Amino acid sequence: MHNTRYTLIFTLVLTIVSATILSLLFFGTKDRADLAAKIFEKRAILSSVGTLLDKDVSQMTDQEVLDIFKNQVEQEAVDAQGNVVESAKITQSGYNGGLPEDIEMAKERKKPEDQRIYPVYIFSANGEKVYILSVRGNGLWDEIWGNVAVKSDFNTIVGASFDHKGETPGLGAEIKDNPAFSARFRGKELYDNQGQYTSVAVVKGGVKDPDHQVDGISGATITSNGVTEMLYRGLKEYEPFFNKEKG
Amino acid sequence: MAEATVKEVVQEKEPLFGKKEKKLLTDPLNDNNPITVQVLGICSALAVTSLVYPSIVMAIAVTLVVAFSNLFTSLLRTYIPKQVRMIVQLVIIATLVTVVELILKAFNYAIWKQLSVFIGLIITNCIVMGRLEAFAMANKPWRSFLDGIGNGLGYGGILVIISIIRELFGKGTLFAGSPAALNIIGPSNEINKYWINTASSSGFGHWVGSWYFNNNLMVLSTASLFIIGGIIWIHRTYNKKLVDIS
Repeated sequence: MHNTRYTLIFTLVLTIVSATILSLLFFGTKDRADLAAKIFEKRAILSSVGTLLDKDVSQMTDQEVLDIFKNQVEQEAVDAQGNVVESAKITQSGYNGGLPEDIEMAKERKKPEDQRIYPVYIFSANGEKVYILSVRGNGLWDEIWGNVAVKSDFNTIVGASFDHKGETPGLGAEIKDNPAFSARFRGKELYDNQGQYTSVAVVKGGVKDPDHQVDGISGATITSNGVTEMLYRGLKEYEPFFNKEKG
Repeated sequence: MAEATVKEVVQEKEPLFGKKEKKLLTDPLNDNNPITVQVLGICSALAVTSLVYPSIVMAIAVTLVVAFSNLFTSLLRTYIPKQVRMIVQLVIIATLVTVVELILKAFNYAIWKQLSVFIGLIITNCIVMGRLEAFAMANKPWRSFLDGIGNGLGYGGILVIISIIRELFGKGTLFAGSPAALNIIGPSNEINKYWINTASSSGFGHWVGSWYFNNNLMVLSTASLFIIGGIIWIHRTYNKKLVDIS
């Protein structure tokens, strides 16, 4: 039988050893993981304009993704009043990189609404500009987020891509895994005929208003409602920017 | 006397991979299956099996974690104080799971994203803890390692069977969501390239989709309970060793 002293020393040594291994591994892989995360995010942003690219985003190499981002994408950050903000303001908001792509929507969501800043990615292809906007909301288990690409009339949706932190595979996770879901958003409109902001809703059982509604995912009602809420609120936050750009 | 000593040495030197070792690997696949016989790891079998691809990755991750935590626990088994052995085992499991997670995150970010929650859940998978307590604490490292591999595979096999049934009947697809590099499913704007896909507009999938209506019950985790029950039933019908004679 081991005595208390031995037990204490044993657990202490074991804890220190495993903590050391884990922290070394964490810092050893951090740079790689961060880069992978950035590229992953850029792929998601690009896949919202998937119809305008000559190659499918999932088939691109990491370098191709970075190249397209460098050559065809311009990034801006806008504040809640719709003004384009400088790099200094981004750094001041807590992102050391100072680039619009460094903005984390998760952090912005926690700030008061009038202090938030949002990234806008302007993708140009064939002389046409497409504005990619980031939105974030809640699904069933955890956060969901997405990128919505709109034409320069700030009304027609070109495409969308969604992602989630912990939705159930086969149910809520379909917003990301099933390309048919995000494809349903193509051609939908944000404003109705009277110019009223209506956004796009995910509905259950039959689309009645084809301009502003898309079919939901069966078995994932809460995630679908989350997407509806996220789009309504998230895109509305860009409204001052739309109005300024439209002049 | 001299002869006797020589004999003893020969007896002690067992082959690295003999009959006993083989049994350790094959037993959990059938006679001592972790899910259908030991009834461990049911929770994750319910949660991750709605699609085949995540189930396969989960099976591989669990196999690695069981095998190596068995190995390390077995190496430490004489030093582990009995009073705190559960906590020590938990530290070993948690460390290994975190190692798997960190490596996946750095080298295959897309899969890490897909499995994020479930990797953490390996820590609470009863199979890992169960094998450490039942086997690794009382056996030598090499055998414990093999026992871990065997149990991981036995668990993974059932997981894959359940997920094939669930994905096929629940969604009309197979291997949806697997990475493009595997070429199992085509790029996102060519959904016709699923192996089987009832939503596609041409080919076999289209023909199936023309008369088959997806069964939404299969998508819910409840379905795996029925399926596991069915598998246990079939397993016991064909394996007489499992039936109580009393």
